Amino acid sequence: MVKVLIPSGALGLGYDREALARGIASQPDIIAIDGGSTDSGPHYLGTGTSKYSRNSTKAEWADLMAARAEAGVPLVIGTAGTCGADDAVDWLVEITREIAAERGERLSLAVLKSGQDGDAMAKALEEGRITPLTPAPEIAADLLCDCTNIVALAGAEQIQAALETGADIVIAGRTTDTAIISALPLARGCHAGGVWHGAKIGECGALATTSPNTGTILIEFDADGFTITPMGKDARATPHTVSAHMLYENSDPYRLYEPGGYLDVTGAQYEALDDRRVRVTGSQWVQTQPYTVKLEGARRVGFQTVSLVFVRDAHYVENIRKWIDDIHAKCTAKASARVDGDFQIELRIIGADATLGALDTHARPGSELGVMGIVTAETEALSREVAKMLNPYLLHHPLTEQEEMPTFAFPFSPPEMPRGAVYEFCLNHVLALADPMDAFRLTTEEVGQ
Amino acid sequence: MTALKDIAEKVRSKNAGPFWLTVDIFCGSEAAFSRISEGLDTAKVAQLFKADPAALKRFDIQDLYVVKFSLPRPAIQGTREDRDMHGASFAVLLSDVQID
Repeated sequence: MVKVLIPSGALGLGYDREALARGIASQPDIIAIDGGSTDSGPHYLGTGTSKYSRNSTKAEWADLMAARAEAGVPLVIGTAGTCGADDAVDWLVEITREIAAERGERLSLAVLKSGQDGDAMAKALEEGRITPLTPAPEIAADLLCDCTNIVALAGAEQIQAALETGADIVIAGRTTDTAIISALPLARGCHAGGVWHGAKIGECGALATTSPNTGTILIEFDADGFTITPMGKDARATPHTVSAHMLYENSDPYRLYEPGGYLDVTGAQYEALDDRRVRVTGSQWVQTQPYTVKLEGARRVGFQTVSLVFVRDAHYVENIRKWIDDIHAKCTAKASARVDGDFQIELRIIGADATLGALDTHARPGSELGVMGIVTAETEALSREVAKMLNPYLLHHPLTEQEEMPTFAFPFSPPEMPRGAVYEFCLNHVLALADPMDAFRLTTEEVGQ
Repeated sequence: MTALKDIAEKVRSKNAGPFWLTVDIFCGSEAAFSRISEGLDTAKVAQLFKADPAALKRFDIQDLYVVKFSLPRPAIQGTREDRDMHGASFAVLLSDVQID
């Protein structure tokens, strides 16, 4: 039997300290936590930076390092620094060194990097080793070279290689959410279907229980399946909360594709052991050939500047669409005549249909509306320049020629807010590997004193 | 005719990676599940999201009383056209659908 303690759905999200203490008292074999996700958008992969604050990350990581020392077992983090790019891994390694030094702890650290070289990926594309998943954006060699970061998602095999170094702490770049949980139980021969299923149920921590905010859960893997036990005092796992988690952020509730194969939960049985623990059996792991890993890539697509103005005059609120359409046409014409380079102006009505856009056929405006102007251009300077041309319209543009010049409400000076570079995800593809370690780099070091 | 949100326990939408959107309708009871499962036309759902019906996946999960739809995201997450980074607001479109 292998016990995996999962402190939280992600490092930086917080968790119940008492629940973690109960988890440590349950004598886990490993502590595994996810460090990231694509859910917050392409900026993090594009820039190789973390979504969560350094101070929050450090405080929670220090707690987990202390818990690890107490339990005397390995601590593994996957997708370090939100995106798992090499720079984000280095960021967490630096934080780890600081904590080890402050705690006076000597630790062995294994670092698994997932970053991919654009030229090498262009070559893999040429060799036919990169294949698209539905729906995939079009890619070409130059697009791969254009990415600021490309990462491959490590699976259980690569995490196992990191654990085999005997490291106290494993800091991994991009991994699948499940890999850090599944690696040890698979290495020790637990039921593969049960392992991958339990890993999927556990990847968001206590989200598969009645008290998601407690964070911490323990999953015991064995020869037939797995058992989930929430560590929060009043948290309960039920057959419903556990089976329903297969739906979460998953396009297919019965299948989950991983490096080397897929999980099939069609035949899974969920049994309540008591009022807070659930046992699951009957899940299947199906191996596939060739061994593939998923790729993620982000590239810079321009720079943005945003302006926000509020409209309270009832006549303008009623005619807001006409107002912004007129501004859009006039400002685009003016800017095209006065600047060189590509730009786009977009005006979104905040308080009407800014959330869903054209899909929202039942939008109803209130007494006040905001208008957000977004200028996207190929350079920062051009984006700002066009946004400054947009400003006089947002400030004073009249609906009709025969009226006193109106003035609208700006909450900020200056009204233009630079958003900097903007990025897009540009890969939904898999990369075939002869050996699982081919796309990854594993190093070890001693930290602290 | 009743709005889906007044029959179902909960309707939620989320990203399933940057390229897919998934919408889960938790019906809450066998009766609600039957009514929603039978009353909700897949082509109509595709139309709501302006999606290609062939690309829309539907799962009617009796054990959980859940009807789930997955579709390529209306705009790829984080692109200039995307307005909802986490995809959570799309559930509203389904919530408001009228069921016989």
